[in-house]
Amino acid sequence: MMPIGHYLFLSLALFIIGTIGVIARRNVIIVLMSIELILNAVNINLVAFSRIFGEAAGQVFALFIIADAAAEAAVGLGIIIAFFRNRETVLADEMDLLKW
Amino acid sequence: MLDSIIFYFFAGVAILSAVLMVTRRSAIHSAVFLITALLATAGIFLQLRAEFLFVAQIILYVGGIMVLFVFVIMLVRLDVALHQLRFSKQKWVSLIVALALFAQIAVMFWISRRLPGAGLPDAAPVDKLPPNAEALAKSLFGPYLLPFEIASVLLLVAMVGAVVMAKKRTEPE
Repeated sequence: MMPIGHYLFLSLALFIIGTIGVIARRNVIIVLMSIELILNAVNINLVAFSRIFGEAAGQVFALFIIADAAAEAAVGLGIIIAFFRNRETVLADEMDLLKW
Repeated sequence: MLDSIIFYFFAGVAILSAVLMVTRRSAIHSAVFLITALLATAGIFLQLRAEFLFVAQIILYVGGIMVLFVFVIMLVRLDVALHQLRFSKQKWVSLIVALALFAQIAVMFWISRRLPGAGLPDAAPVDKLPPNAEALAKSLFGPYLLPFEIASVLLLVAMVGAVVMAKKRTEPE
């Protein structure tokens, strides 16, 4: 395998790109997709360290994170569908029901 | 040598498609680029000899979660959103947050004065590794049995929650 720093930098780059997506995009579906990207970046770290230490626990936790991502995507997309049915929009700027 | 070529190929594909995912205007293009990024990550997992996670990544993420995303993108009418602004007014905030994150890591390296992982042991050679799925299963059903069961409860709750959220409300008269 490559030195661990390469994996850490790849993970860092994906994490930062995902953060920009979460904060800057207006479409809520793309915000959710950016969250998936962030979770994925964390998985790279876990698997790389699991490989270095020869310990399967890192991969177990990567598996838990994948299950978490599935649960989060299901609930988040359910909320988006319910919101779209009520307000006819998926833009984050217009989601201000709790604002005032 | 071959190892580094494979790594740089998959890492380049992952970062490029992640950037394209965040910047494309159409949500369906974003979804396709996210699928590419996830597949490239699966390649990285395979290069790290995590074969089970490689398969799980493709089946769960690309086959399951992304299909769900594409379904919702098709359900939600996007032609209205397509002609509007791509980024919200907070895009400068997001740049500042990204720069702050990067600066934190850079300062951390600057203080420690060495590359990450310099003191760590070398990884075991490939032919000395135990079978991946076997090691994973021994760990998952041994010390991590309780988190495994909790994850199944979490998935059940998420499933019920998604159905409750997405179902049409009928007003009681």
